[in-house]
Amino acid sequence: MKRSNQLKRREPLTDTQLLLTITICIFFAMYGLAMLIWGGGFLRFQQVFDMLNNNAALIIVACGLTIVMIGGGIDISVGGVTALVVMSCIVHMNNGGSIFTAALLAIGIGLCFGLVQGYLISYLEIQPFIITLAGMFFARGMTTIVSLEPQKIAHEGFKALMKTKIEIPWLGYIAKKGNLIPARMELGVVVALVILLVVFVVLKKTRMGRNFYAIGGNSQSALMLGVNVKRTRFWSYLISGLLSGIAGFVFMMHTGAGNATNAAGAEMNAIASAIIGGTLLSGGVGNVIGTFFGVLTLTTIKAIVTTSGLRDPWWQSITTGAMLCFFILLQSVVLSHRAKKKGKGKEGVKA
Amino acid sequence: MAQKSKFNWSRHSQLMLPLVSILLIVVFNLLRDPSFFSIEIAKNNVGNTVLTGNLISILNGASELAVLAMGMTLVTAACGGQDISVGALAAIAGSVFVKVLRSGEITAGTIVLAFLCCCAVAVVFGAFNGTLVSVFKIQPMIATLVLFTCGRSIAYWINGGATPTVESPLINAIGSFIPGVPIPTPIIIVAVVGILFALLFKFTTLGLYTQTVGINQRAARLNGINTTLIKLLSFMILGVCCAVAGCIGVSRLGLINHETLLLEIEMDAILAVAIGGNALGGGKFKVSSSVLGAYAIQALTITLYAMKVPSTAVKAYKAIVIILIVVIGSPVVKAQLSRLWKKLSGGRKAKEAAHNEAQ
Repeated sequence: MKRSNQLKRREPLTDTQLLLTITICIFFAMYGLAMLIWGGGFLRFQQVFDMLNNNAALIIVACGLTIVMIGGGIDISVGGVTALVVMSCIVHMNNGGSIFTAALLAIGIGLCFGLVQGYLISYLEIQPFIITLAGMFFARGMTTIVSLEPQKIAHEGFKALMKTKIEIPWLGYIAKKGNLIPARMELGVVVALVILLVVFVVLKKTRMGRNFYAIGGNSQSALMLGVNVKRTRFWSYLISGLLSGIAGFVFMMHTGAGNATNAAGAEMNAIASAIIGGTLLSGGVGNVIGTFFGVLTLTTIKAIVTTSGLRDPWWQSITTGAMLCFFILLQSVVLSHRAKKKGKGKEGVKA
Repeated sequence: MAQKSKFNWSRHSQLMLPLVSILLIVVFNLLRDPSFFSIEIAKNNVGNTVLTGNLISILNGASELAVLAMGMTLVTAACGGQDISVGALAAIAGSVFVKVLRSGEITAGTIVLAFLCCCAVAVVFGAFNGTLVSVFKIQPMIATLVLFTCGRSIAYWINGGATPTVESPLINAIGSFIPGVPIPTPIIIVAVVGILFALLFKFTTLGLYTQTVGINQRAARLNGINTTLIKLLSFMILGVCCAVAGCIGVSRLGLINHETLLLEIEMDAILAVAIGGNALGGGKFKVSSSVLGAYAIQALTITLYAMKVPSTAVKAYKAIVIILIVVIGSPVVKAQLSRLWKKLSGGRKAKEAAHNEAQ
């Protein structure tokens, strides 16, 4: 039994694994390079934790988006839903609501968006781009209807929750004065990592998770194999909506303030992270671990740009764009090369 | 008789969705305020006799969107995906336009030169997008995500971070009115671009080839069509459209603001294509239908403004109307409605038959 397992291991990597490996290698290479050249902040674990603290919401949103993209769809309403959740929860808590009801509200809003969008896309067969675009418009518009002015959280309990940080002394560093400063991690990061793990297990081990890959790879043959394509698609949007609701709550735990332009461009950042992580928009290929490293890679690029003294804001987006271009080209070249090797590379990446 | 009406329906059904949505908006407005569409002749502050009214402002305001929708239709049809970088590309083109204009005295000649320059730049960027899509076989939305991310920063860089102004009666004439002509110039520009598109499809095989590539790429290639070139061309044409839209946008305000020029217009342009009934997955397309879709979107926006909806909240109402329109246009809903209709009419017929038999 063991022998056969060992023999099987020599099978070539699947597309998902290959793209994941490339991303992880590039991330570590980039981070290592940054450590060698700039040292300083990059040598401290706090740098990694800061990246996670600032991007916990983005990681959650990107997890949901990865599921949708694996299923062959797209959801660009995630940033809007996040902003709407932040604004509604803050207004709710400032008007005397408790943290618990605010959390329920966040999940409720997310589920509502997921339900409606999922139903319209999977059962009425409307193009996902249009529906989620309308969802984004609706969420952004509703955010300004809920409150046009920026809101600041005044709830004492929630403020305490915001300040709660998990300290990990053995990953800290010794400051110049000689005292140890422990690495600090916000609660949102824990939520994000738990969700990451859950989504990973769901995608790898459960029937529903495998169904996402099946309908994204080829919905026709999935249907013939007995997969309920419509219901699976519906579930992917429902999960994405739910996760954007949770992401809104985590975002609020990080910033503590609501603004009509909260999480602006989060959908594109999430898509970019997923793509860097090796998820294909055409569906069927992808991994949340890759998405996680995609978020980290994007953040590292930004950190490197700021550290290297190019403080003009436009450098960040230009380098991000260039990096994105590099990753896209790399994936395309690698995949088409593999497809040619296999001898069925007539359609390039789509194979 | 029945066959003939069916034939007409299938041939023009694509135009139905945008037409019905425009009709709904028009009827709604007429019920709300019968004088909504009245057109008046007035004198503007420069002293020209011009036409004013909501109808004119709808046609005028949708100009950039209509031009972009034309190019977007072509890209959608050929590649089965959408370009989300049009707003950023228009900002780049507008920046180049302003940059060239500010380097010398503004005359008709320099305006033409500036326009050609910004067209050239936009075509180069369009070709970049097109190369990613056609040669490297990347989905259009991802390929254009690159330019979407960094396009406005490039626009910022072209003019060194400032928001320079161009002041000239000639630029004013492009952005608002040519002296002596009562129709806003952007409307005329859209008409010219539309005629150019019509001529392009009439005298070349581009339209047919684009459709073929969109429907089945392999079959198109086996039939001797250069699919790479067709896709590349569609992106380059969209680049020219972006340049035109950027120039209109700059001329309207007399300045370039790289952050806000045509912000989020890519979403509206894709929406115009969808409301125009074009398949977002590529294939059959109708440019005129997309233009109607663009006007429908603008009519909706102006209606909401006229109803005193705050400009920030317009999006929410727009989203509801969009969802209603696409739900009505969804094939599943259509099939169910027609089944329901058959059932109702079938039931009536059966009743009539029973009634006749009884008699």
